[in-house]
Formats: sequence, structure tokens, C-alpha cells
Amino acid sequence: MTTPDAAKPRQTPLHDVHEQLGASMTEFAGWLMPLRYRSETAEHQAVRSHAGLFDLSHMGEILVAGPGAAAALDYALVGQPSSMAPGRARYTMICAADGGVLDDLIVYRLADEEFLVVANAANTGVVDAALRDRAQGHDARITDQTDGYALIAIQGPAAAGILGPLTDVALDGVKYYTSHRGTVAGREVLLARTGYTGEDGFELFSQPGDAEHIWRALSEAGTAAGLVPAGLAARDTLRLEAGMPLYGNELGPDMTPFDAGLGRVVKLDKPGDFVGRAALAAAAQAPPRRVLVGLRGGTRRVPRHGYPVLWDGQPAGTVTSGAPSPTLGVPIAMAYVEPEVAEAGAAAGTGAGPGAAVPDETSPAGSADGRLAVDIRGRAEPAVITPLPFYHRTQDRPR
Amino acid sequence: MTVPENLSYTAEHEWVAIDDTVASVGITDFAQQALGDVVYVSVPAPGTAVTAGEPFGEVESTKSVSDLYSPVDGEVIEANPEIDDDPGLVNTDPYGAGWLVKIRMADDPAGLLTPEEYTALTKEAG
Repeated sequence: MTTPDAAKPRQTPLHDVHEQLGASMTEFAGWLMPLRYRSETAEHQAVRSHAGLFDLSHMGEILVAGPGAAAALDYALVGQPSSMAPGRARYTMICAADGGVLDDLIVYRLADEEFLVVANAANTGVVDAALRDRAQGHDARITDQTDGYALIAIQGPAAAGILGPLTDVALDGVKYYTSHRGTVAGREVLLARTGYTGEDGFELFSQPGDAEHIWRALSEAGTAAGLVPAGLAARDTLRLEAGMPLYGNELGPDMTPFDAGLGRVVKLDKPGDFVGRAALAAAAQAPPRRVLVGLRGGTRRVPRHGYPVLWDGQPAGTVTSGAPSPTLGVPIAMAYVEPEVAEAGAAAGTGAGPGAAVPDETSPAGSADGRLAVDIRGRAEPAVITPLPFYHRTQDRPR
Repeated sequence: MTVPENLSYTAEHEWVAIDDTVASVGITDFAQQALGDVVYVSVPAPGTAVTAGEPFGEVESTKSVSDLYSPVDGEVIEANPEIDDDPGLVNTDPYGAGWLVKIRMADDPAGLLTPEEYTALTKEAG
């Protein structure tokens, strides 16, 4: 779809940097991306304890501009971008008429009549086409500007300390989910306090030609503070520990935002119609078909994407993402399970229901009665339901 | 990527060091690089009979799980006792401290690859 020439993946503006760093490269959504530079576990731990530097230039940037931009997005997305003040960012989704998720997005309101929609690389073409279609009749221009942007993320508790001296933006005043125009190492950027790791951090949108300069400046400034380059492998385990959904795993066209426990992004009370409203209004009222839960593996074998979840030996759900957790030292996973299983499993495991919560020490009671398991390559391995997220950073979120 | 000259190899990316009737087995540098950080290795307990070409264990890494295939027919006589506590040895020293099992061979090994053949195979894969 987005890769007409599948044999030749696209390279980001930072490709030469990755090669020089000796990265293991992998093809992801039509792009050649760094999977890891050295040990993905060390990269993960560096982001949790110090900071990591990520190339996210594969992400799609779609600009929506014009007097009708806000109204077009209110109709096209499940959220209400018209209610955002310029400078604010919001996590939202774009759904099909049947309520299925086409992509999850971050929308930045850059100005009254200008929005930047950041889409997953694999879905950029779909989102661009849907926005064009849905903007008809509105005075708004939709342009896929993915090739016009590099995107670098610096994430971790040391991120602000490293970035601060290099930018003219006063980071103390940059709230979570806001964006500011400024410079980093003398190059113009859109600087946002957003991320996908569960840590404090920033995402820097720049001209492609400036990306290498910015990357090197951050790298040099951050090395003493423990900053390391981090690849997609670490990004995936970081987001999993943080309980954040990944499109294609926890989200997809056969699921609604309510299935994923993210119904709060659907603004059913916004004025006017929007694509998917009727289906989503019904989904909001209906008893859940399935519930997204966190699982903690009871052995060292790892539940992974697609593995069946068992209750009393019978199929009761499917693992959507799983990995050995570098922070917790045990296998963790997210899975869709039948609502009764989510309820019974949560009661047995922790006494807490599904959904976001601060994780604490999980009693193994759920596995003690042996009812919940994951079929790991033909063998049932015990698991317990545990509240999401698996990891919650202890420091206060920056104001 | 290193492919020591003194070892034999399988197409499933195991290395084999043969000393008389005992084969020491591990996974190659190429394999450990492709897998990423190894977090768990399961191998058969001593006394287990194994068959060449049949799965006899698995390697879990951050991103994937892979079967281990026995390179020879025989009986496992020793499993590396360090691997359970420190599976990362497979990454840091795949041909040394990261060895996995020793197998007493039932007969002469067959179908193993030379270092040159294995190197050629990894170039195709890469």
C-alpha cells in the first residue's frame, strides 16, 4: 500500500548515522529501520534509567490546513481537535464507519487553521486517503508530508537535562502533550513533549537535512548522561511495559477503541456527525465482546503475539503482544480475553479489575488455581492477569 | 560475524565441536546476532536421547523463540549449568562459555557443514 516497490525499503534521513553506529537494520512497514544498535535490553534499560535516542522518521506526518481544517478533523476522527488550543497535542484514533480502528494517531494543533496528524508508518497511506475523502466539502487541504520531516525522539529521565542546554525552548514550560516551535542545536524544530516509552521525553520534528546535525548534537551532549541510541526492539518492549497499544497488535480494523479499553478517546458528546458515530455509540453501550488485559507469565517461556489464552484448558482469548520484560524480569503480555475470564482472572490474580492502574506486587493466586494459561507452542504455561500498565514511572510527570 | 575454522555447523545455525565420540553443541554467532538478547534456553536433561534433525530445545530472545535441533544422534550427557542463570552467555561468548549441551554420539555424524559451507549459507540468508 505505502510501499509500491516492496523490494526497496525507504531509508530515513538518518540512515548513514545508523550504518556508522553498526545498527542491525530491519524492514518495518516499508522502511529500513534500526532494530538495535547493540543489546536491545541495554537500550531498554538505558531509557528507563537515563535516556535513549530514537529515529522515528518512518512515522507519517499529514498536514491538515485551512479554514475548515478543524471541522474536517472533527468529522474524520473520533476525537474533537476543534476543542484543542494551538500548541496542544492529543492521542486519538481514526475509525471506519463500522467503528473499526484504521489507525491510532497523535494530532498536534499547530495554529488555528493548521494541524499535524502523525500516523503509524504502515497506515500513513490509509490515513491520508481517508482524511482526503472525509475532508470533502470542508475548506481544508490534506498533504502527506512524511518526506518533508525527520522525527527524532529523546526519551528517559535524563532527556530534559540533555535537551535543555541545546534548545531555545524553556523546557520547564513545556507540558506533557504540547508542542512548541524552536531550535535544537541551531536548527528549527517542532518540539513536543510526547513519547511511546512510559518515560518523560521529547519528539523533535525537523527538516530531513537537519536531522543528522540534531542527532549528533544530542548524542554528544548526552553521552556523559548515559544517553544511547535505541532501536525498534527496545521501543517495543518499552511501550509494552507502559501498557501502550500497538496498531496491528492491540488495535486493528476488527476492533473498536472500546475493545482496547480506550473508549475515552471517542467523543460521542461532540457536536455534529463523525465517521463511525453510530457504530461507536452502540459499542459504548454494548457489553464488551472481549477485554484487553495484562498477563504475567508464570514460567520463563514467553507468551507472544497470536498465542491462544486458555481458561480451564479451553480457548478464551489471544495474546496480542508479549516479551520478556527487561524491567520486571518476567515474561509479560497483553491479550484479548473473554469478559468473564478477565473478571475471574483479575479477581484471582490481584483483586483489581482490568484497565490502567499502578502495578504492585502481584500475588500468584491466579496461577495457583491453575485456570489461566497461555498455549506456548503446544504447552500450557500458567499466567496471571495483572493490571496495566506493567510499569509506571515513579517520578512526577513534568508540569 | 565469526565462523571458527575448527568447528562443524548445521543449516539450523548450530555449531558442533567433535571430540572423539562427544559432540559439544551451541548456536552460532550469526544466530545469536539474529536472535538478539537471549533470555532463556531450554535443553534436554542429561540422559535424554536425541535424534539428528529433530527439535530438542528452544531459545527465547527478546523478539522471538526458535527451536534448537540436534545436530547428531545420541544421548545428552551434560547441559551447560551456567546458561540457566546467565542465558546472555549465548550472546557474549557463543562458541565458548555459551555452549549448550554435550551429546555422546551413537554413530558418526553425518550431513554437517564445513565452515566454508556455513559461511556461504549465512551470506545467502543475509
